[in-house]
Amino acid sequence: MLQIDLWKRVLIWLVCVTGLLLALPNAFYTRVEQANDASIEIIAKGETPERLEIVEQWPSWMPSSLVNLGLDLRGGAHLLAEVKVADVYVARMDSMWPEVRDVLRPERATVGTFRRQPGPDDQIRLKISKPEGMSRALELVRGLANPVTSLTGAGATDIEASAEGDILTIQLSDAEKLASDDRTVRQSLEIVRRRIDEVGTREPTIQRQGIDRILIQVPGIGSASELKKIIGTTAQLTFSPVVGRGSDADANPGVGNKIVPSLDEPGVYYTIEAAPVVTGEELTDAQPAFDQNGRPAVSFRFNISGARRFGDYTAENIGSPFAIVLDDEVVSAPVIQSHIPGGSGIITGNFTIEESTNLAVLLRAGALPAGLEFLEERTIGPELGQDSIDAGKIATIVAFVGVLVFMVLSYGLFGIFANIALILNIALIFGMLSLIGGTLTLPGIAGIVLTVGMAVDANVLVFERIREELKSGRGPARAIEEGYSKALSAILDANVTTFITAVILFAMGSGPVRGFAITLGLGIMTSVFTAIFVTRVIIIMWFERRRPKTIEV
Amino acid sequence: MRLKLVPEKTSFDFFSNWKLWMGVSSLLLVLSLVSFFAQGLNFGIDFRGGTTVRTESTMAVDVGIYRKAIEPMQLGDISITEVFDPTFEADQHVAMIRIQAQADGEAISGETIEALRATLDGVAPGIKFVSVESVGPKVSGELVQTAVLAVVLAIGAVLVYIWLRFEWQFALGAVAALVHDVLLTIGVFAAVQIKFDLAIIAALLTIVGYSLNDTVVVFDRVRENLRKFKKLSLGEVLNLSINQTLSRTVMTSVTTLIALIALYVLGGDVIRGFVFAMIWGVIVGTYSSVFVASTILLKLGVKRDWSKQANTTGNQFANIDA
Repeated sequence: MLQIDLWKRVLIWLVCVTGLLLALPNAFYTRVEQANDASIEIIAKGETPERLEIVEQWPSWMPSSLVNLGLDLRGGAHLLAEVKVADVYVARMDSMWPEVRDVLRPERATVGTFRRQPGPDDQIRLKISKPEGMSRALELVRGLANPVTSLTGAGATDIEASAEGDILTIQLSDAEKLASDDRTVRQSLEIVRRRIDEVGTREPTIQRQGIDRILIQVPGIGSASELKKIIGTTAQLTFSPVVGRGSDADANPGVGNKIVPSLDEPGVYYTIEAAPVVTGEELTDAQPAFDQNGRPAVSFRFNISGARRFGDYTAENIGSPFAIVLDDEVVSAPVIQSHIPGGSGIITGNFTIEESTNLAVLLRAGALPAGLEFLEERTIGPELGQDSIDAGKIATIVAFVGVLVFMVLSYGLFGIFANIALILNIALIFGMLSLIGGTLTLPGIAGIVLTVGMAVDANVLVFERIREELKSGRGPARAIEEGYSKALSAILDANVTTFITAVILFAMGSGPVRGFAITLGLGIMTSVFTAIFVTRVIIIMWFERRRPKTIEV
Repeated sequence: MRLKLVPEKTSFDFFSNWKLWMGVSSLLLVLSLVSFFAQGLNFGIDFRGGTTVRTESTMAVDVGIYRKAIEPMQLGDISITEVFDPTFEADQHVAMIRIQAQADGEAISGETIEALRATLDGVAPGIKFVSVESVGPKVSGELVQTAVLAVVLAIGAVLVYIWLRFEWQFALGAVAALVHDVLLTIGVFAAVQIKFDLAIIAALLTIVGYSLNDTVVVFDRVRENLRKFKKLSLGEVLNLSINQTLSRTVMTSVTTLIALIALYVLGGDVIRGFVFAMIWGVIVGTYSSVFVASTILLKLGVKRDWSKQANTTGNQFANIDA
């Protein structure tokens, strides 16, 4: 008969109340948002009376999760960047070259003289003067290979060496390329995250997408180009041996060397070895500081391996110049005065205090291992977002009221029951969105509006069934029960199919489409719940109290 | 007094004119295809690559002046349209500028945007760029692929679901109705040249979901009536089922349309195309579940021998519910 166990009723109402509570903070959006921000600041920077006051705007025992507003509603910047993973291959080969040179040098008797040949940047091509010594050369070069450290590349080595006539070619193996790509993207992701965090904007989304892409969304930032400036500054720091100094930018640097301009002396170009002694990646710390003349400078410290190489190099090359290169410009090229064993030093140049501070930040955050190419950029102004919110609000309210009135006109008292469920339904959607940290986008609002329209469908199915049962002469209690049980299969089938499309949208879509999929999917779940359980509990409670002899639906 | 959109009891014969309805649908389909191939879709930057800038100024927009100012920048193909919307303030003048994808793989350079802003500021002082969206040619191609894949996957998934829950004839009918709805919607977009972007794909998939929702409710009743009225012919059962569910079909369509029309009128111009697609989809979806899906089911026929249902693969998942 028309019975639902007490514990089930309690459970159903409990779910509704929880949903309402979770949704409630969204009704006081700005206040809760300020309170949340302030409490984060207290943890990060300590308590101040003002911050405490803002925190107390929202009671701490209340839920305080909010629906994330998407960029299209809040304004902000969106970037899709592709990491140029092949950059790393080139850097690897450049750093490999001195090693190759060092293993071959003692074997001149067997391999003869050797020279690096011009070729693709991601290969080392080596011409040896005694081709009969090739097998020995290959053996030596292969001895430099390391096993690939990845799951899929087990058993493979990181480099491949092959010979053709008197040319020996060294390049990264495919397994190593895969592993290297993965490392490069992860590293880039981490560095982008750190750089954005340094600037201190809130709730950025930084995700890996596909094999070599990074999606960056930062709400509240003025434009995508501003965002690009923050993350795009490479700050590639190297310490390289100086080969020569001149004023010709187009001079032939020789294989394994390159020409870079000076940062503060116009018209001066340095020829440096392409393979650096130490790179910025081996820095453990960088701080703004002042040199002995009181000018702004940046002090730095290397990690153990960096410090050792730096120490060895300075010990062996006292009296030669040494270039500190930042983003392919020579910051300074001091002559090494003495052995520097501790792995720390200072970069001087014509910096302002601000520049030295920025440089320190960039160095600390690390260099991007490879360049980024921006494939997609979107900037949405905050005014446009506010306009959209306002329009969406009005539209949702009008849609809502329209449907509520229509339901009452069509089904009378039962229409009111359905309306209560509908209101709960919207609250539940917002509650769930807040709970899972989902993002509300403009199409997401459309998804909610669509749910409003479709949520009544399940109720309509039930009510129409009850009508039919009443028509065929059943008593009220029986009609209600039959109505629910017979409509169930149609409700489930209809909603499962829509849910399938929501899931596919979520899996395949990005950005706003995904936002739409989330509200649609949640809306389906909540509307099935409210239609099957909530309206039924309401109707039964009403029925038990009134015991009507006849009902009109 | 209750509002009743559909009388208590109806007994329309939905199949007496089935040739006419099939004819109408076929004609619309042909028209859709013709306009699709003749005009093509007005792809947004999501699918074509390029940049759109939404500008806002307090001065009235003069497309000609804007164009004359931008042309010397040599950005290739540009299109400028003024946007009108009832929700705008009196001194809010909005234009959309679309610039074709630039040569390299990147989206757009910040300098280009700055130069554009400076140029337009010269002819419309105080102009604001309220949104700038740029998609590089490398990504747009992929977006087309995923979009098409999403629609195909969605249709495929529901095909399987209905096949499991009903029988293959039902699945074919439902999917034919879906394809019909999707094609007609694409046709309308080609004919009216509304901007077709990523959001429209979301709308298309929702139409798939909605239309299916409708079809499934009718089919669910057909399945039930086929067991109940073993003597009636399939056509009679179909007619009976559609009549029984007609009230619900109309109610749901009307409530959904109320909500969507509110959004269309008041929701702002940014999502108007998207909402338009859904409104059209609800109308076409309602029509197709009655006239396309059911007619195809009627023509395919359904096995009626329910006594041996345990041996059939088609409906073994049909009794899971209730």
